[in-house]
Amino acid sequence: MTGLQWDPEICAACETIDCLMKCQYVRYSPEQARGERDRLIAGEDTAILRDCVTCYACEEYCPYHNHPFYRIVERQEELGIHPVPKPIEKSQVVMMGPKGRIKTEAVRAPVVNLCFFPQMKGAIRGKLLGDASVIIGSDIFCNLMFLHFARNSTIRERLPLMMKNIMEHHLRPSRVDELICYHDECYGTYTSWAPAFGIDVPFRPIHFFDFLNRRLEEHAGSIKPLGLKAAYQRPCSNRLCPETDPLVDEIFGKIGVERVRREFDGENALCCGGVMEAQQRFELAESNQERNIADMKASGASVVVFNCPFCFFTLAEKAARAGLMPAMMSDLCHMAVGD
Amino acid sequence: MRHEELLHRCFRCGWCKLPTNYVDFNCPAYLQFRFESFSAGGRMWLIRAWQQGELKASERLARILFTCVTCKNCVQACAMPGIRDQLVDIFTAAKGELVEQGIVPPAIRDYFKSMQTYGNPYKRPATERAAWAQGLDLPRFAGQDYLFYVGDEGAYDELGIRMAGATARLLKRAGVDFGILGEDELSDGNDLRAAGEETLAMALAEEFIDRLKSHGVRKIVTLSPHALNIMKADYPAWGGSFTVRHYTQVLVPLLRKMPLAKKEIRVTYHDPCYLGRWQGEYEAPRAVLRAIPGLALVEMARNRKDALCCGGGGGNFFTDVLGHGEDQAARVRVREAAETGAEVLAVACPLCFKMLDDAVKAENLEEKIRVRDIAGLVLEAAGA
Amino acid sequence: MHDIYDELVGIVGEACISRAEEELYLYSRDQGLQPPGRPDYVVMPTSTEQVREIVLLAGRHGVPVVPLGGGLVLSGLSVPRRGGIVLDMKRMNRVLEVNELSHYCVIEGGVTQGLLQAYLARRHPSLKHSVPDAPPAATIAGNIAIHGSGHLSQSEGGFHSEMVTGLEVVLPTGEVCRLGSCSTVPKWFSRAPLPDLVGLFLGWNGTTGVITRIGLKLFPNHPLKDVLMFMTEDIDAVPDILFRVIATEMAEDITFFVTPKPAYFDGFQMTNIHVVAHTPREMKLKMEIIRESLRPYLDSKEAGFLPLPPHMKVNLLAAPQKSLSEFADIRKGGGFEYVGSIMPVESIPGAYRAGLEITARNDVTYSMGARVVGRGHAVMFYYAYPFNRADAGEIGRVRAALDESNVAAMELGGIPWKTEVAGQRMILERMEPATRDFLMRIKKVLDPQGIMNPGNWEVTP
Repeated sequence: MTGLQWDPEICAACETIDCLMKCQYVRYSPEQARGERDRLIAGEDTAILRDCVTCYACEEYCPYHNHPFYRIVERQEELGIHPVPKPIEKSQVVMMGPKGRIKTEAVRAPVVNLCFFPQMKGAIRGKLLGDASVIIGSDIFCNLMFLHFARNSTIRERLPLMMKNIMEHHLRPSRVDELICYHDECYGTYTSWAPAFGIDVPFRPIHFFDFLNRRLEEHAGSIKPLGLKAAYQRPCSNRLCPETDPLVDEIFGKIGVERVRREFDGENALCCGGVMEAQQRFELAESNQERNIADMKASGASVVVFNCPFCFFTLAEKAARAGLMPAMMSDLCHMAVGD
Repeated sequence: MRHEELLHRCFRCGWCKLPTNYVDFNCPAYLQFRFESFSAGGRMWLIRAWQQGELKASERLARILFTCVTCKNCVQACAMPGIRDQLVDIFTAAKGELVEQGIVPPAIRDYFKSMQTYGNPYKRPATERAAWAQGLDLPRFAGQDYLFYVGDEGAYDELGIRMAGATARLLKRAGVDFGILGEDELSDGNDLRAAGEETLAMALAEEFIDRLKSHGVRKIVTLSPHALNIMKADYPAWGGSFTVRHYTQVLVPLLRKMPLAKKEIRVTYHDPCYLGRWQGEYEAPRAVLRAIPGLALVEMARNRKDALCCGGGGGNFFTDVLGHGEDQAARVRVREAAETGAEVLAVACPLCFKMLDDAVKAENLEEKIRVRDIAGLVLEAAGA
Repeated sequence: MHDIYDELVGIVGEACISRAEEELYLYSRDQGLQPPGRPDYVVMPTSTEQVREIVLLAGRHGVPVVPLGGGLVLSGLSVPRRGGIVLDMKRMNRVLEVNELSHYCVIEGGVTQGLLQAYLARRHPSLKHSVPDAPPAATIAGNIAIHGSGHLSQSEGGFHSEMVTGLEVVLPTGEVCRLGSCSTVPKWFSRAPLPDLVGLFLGWNGTTGVITRIGLKLFPNHPLKDVLMFMTEDIDAVPDILFRVIATEMAEDITFFVTPKPAYFDGFQMTNIHVVAHTPREMKLKMEIIRESLRPYLDSKEAGFLPLPPHMKVNLLAAPQKSLSEFADIRKGGGFEYVGSIMPVESIPGAYRAGLEITARNDVTYSMGARVVGRGHAVMFYYAYPFNRADAGEIGRVRAALDESNVAAMELGGIPWKTEVAGQRMILERMEPATRDFLMRIKKVLDPQGIMNPGNWEVTP
């Protein structure tokens, strides 16, 4: 059994408790935060286990990369705390579970892992990305979403099979060793969650933005700058790989898009609210969405750009109603090269 | 028969009778006859009963099947993903079975016979195929960019000839480099196949493909959406890979450069089934119309994927098996067009042109609305 | 019978009558599993006068008359049990009047749900009628004649038969009667304050006359629509959940469903709550009130609202839901039939458990569910079984499951809805004798020769 590589001594010695003090969804005094931290270390029940909206942000805030969020999820599961109503949790476990329908299919590098978003297939197209092989579906799905459901166990149980499927059915027979992860969530799984739980990853994960950025470089000649001002909706899973966030600026730079400065970007990004809805925190979800969209509007953006399809499903319509054009990052790039 | 394994999967829920916005019955045969048997679902059940020996093939069954004008409304509206896309092909296959058994409505038999004997449904000699182009000074095809193919209606039908002439003049005016085949044209085979004579249709098509190849044709612009359909959808499998476009599609980008006079008219556009539901082109004809300054395009309640067919498909244009009367699709359609207040009902297909033009007369709507082909309208605005 | 044919041709014209094998085959059966019954003629009248003449002719010859709407009842109610004339009403499909201020329309007896929907959407977009989950080719007359229900049944006053403001009917003896306000003044706004005769034609399966015109209530059409799906794993909680949501008076439509497929729904109970509003603010408030009504469930984590992806919302918000028709082909066999049962809300858990037993016993797949009718005054609970038309074994098992579901529904305090002839007989057997005699007496008075859809609502076969 693989356990979380979390060092209680680092937490105990921490002075700033950024994980909780920077959190946008709880307002603890420094004293309260210390108490929460101490109880987390001691393995006692404590408020944050129920207050947590599971936005992943504390993984980024912790200066020691000591995985405060994974620790919270571990404790939630151990104590039987269900952030999401039990029937929804159970249903999601079935819905997202491996269906065992995977077939061995030859691929050719570059290989893009489209996670479990079949509706995103059209994103990998055209002269920019059309040559890439795509893998997709429940049998290669990272399952990291179960962090929102206090179910590290589900990820632990499924991830090895998923990686085995990816290797045996796709990468190994075709002698490919790199996997481009479209969704930040997959990239975060392989670069943050798996190492934190001592699980080896048999391929080299590449962030989609890295790939997109390189491709834009190759097609520099055919780019028509879009001349747009865009608000970027940074997804929660990017908190697991914050080092990739500057790639957004690089990509935008290449396609003539300005990433507007706004309150809720970067470290201060706001959750799209989708998970909060699943947690039945409707008012919080709505106020988050309203604040987020108002901020986008105030920043002068005309476009809101997503990389996470789930954020897109949650926010696109609301953003559109507010007069912002919703767009996936990949589509924006296609547009720039005239795909 | 082909697709026999799908017949029992129709629930007969009746979605196929209506367009997706439910405005009114949208299957021309069902609209006309109104018995359940003439709906797509009714046909599915009857074909199954026939194939299982519960029903004998009869003249009535033939009438029920041959009045399918292959407009594809049922395919658009059917609720069953497992059979939806095959519906029209099932009906065509069933027509084919009846043809094999020799149980065919007399008018259809005559149509087949004309096609076999004359190579066209008008019983006219091939030498007359170039008559439409007289006086237009059109070059024969000799390696130009496009072949302009007018087909049977463009060559022999009075309105079709007018439409072919207008289209040719407009293409010329727009600077399209094209030639025609004249007497060397053959029937494209689309409607013959849709009427159930698949063998003859294929033989004709293959002969034509050889001819096209021997002329060195690579790109074709068609007058009729019916020709567009078979050339795009089926010719490649029969050895003929050409770039095929409807004339409205070719015109869209060229009209920007053509000066057009202002024409303050209210126009409604009728989507031909073979351009719209079959080939997915709803916008090019509208874009061509909108290029005319002052023209106001108004839509009928049933438009684009929901358009009501004129009733001219599946060979009915040449055979009239669907019959006449107030519920005749073309007459319902022109009433719908008149309801929009438009003075002009614009068409992009020579079959629709004639069907709807006749219907305007039958409905005594000549004072209210005129059927015009798009090419003719644009040509007029171009001052030609 | 030759002269009957000629007489019918004389009434409707040759194009509107058939006695060809093809039509007789098709009109002998519906989509369900009742045995076929062969008509002698299929006739399509175009006017009330033609209907009257046909009924008089049938009376003279003692020939049965079976009115047919969309032909989508599934339980054989418009399949002629004793031959005669099937009256396919779909040529009488005009919308005759819409009175916006008084919120009603007058339509002919063959108008389909889809046609009225489209007509209102184009010409009176501020109004709508209550749409059943039948395909749009179903007729309004057919639906009210069997006490149908639909997407406004919870919020706007119950069964569709309760939304009828007046009728024009041709009696089995040939008289044309107008019932409701239209009998006395030229407006179709209400059944009150007159002695209510309209009920004599609602729920009678066409045994008391032919409906040729209908006055139907219309309701405000809100521009904004949304839907919530509440998920539980405790069937016993469902009546309370419905009660709480109904009590808010914020929901338009409330339906409940269970299904073993897709697997992520198996074992859970879902309640769909449709909400409509004029403004975003109204919508927000209504949603909040509904969510709060279920607070104890949310706090216990034992149930909750499932976040719905956009494509699922589009499906659920469509009226009628096209995806429901797809259910007929989940066995890749184009068939399904269901037992609908009108029952009290508290019967739901028992009905559900009985359904699970029946499906397991008969080895059939299923979907079950209910629509709330009125403010929880009743539900229409359904046991739906898909089958493969090409699989005789499965057809037999589904037949058995349907029969058992009828019995179960009655034992649970419900009454089978639009049930086939055998089910009607079962109901009559359990009916109070005085009531049953009264019913039979009325039938006899209205239809002395027994020509109207014979076989239906009869004590003896």
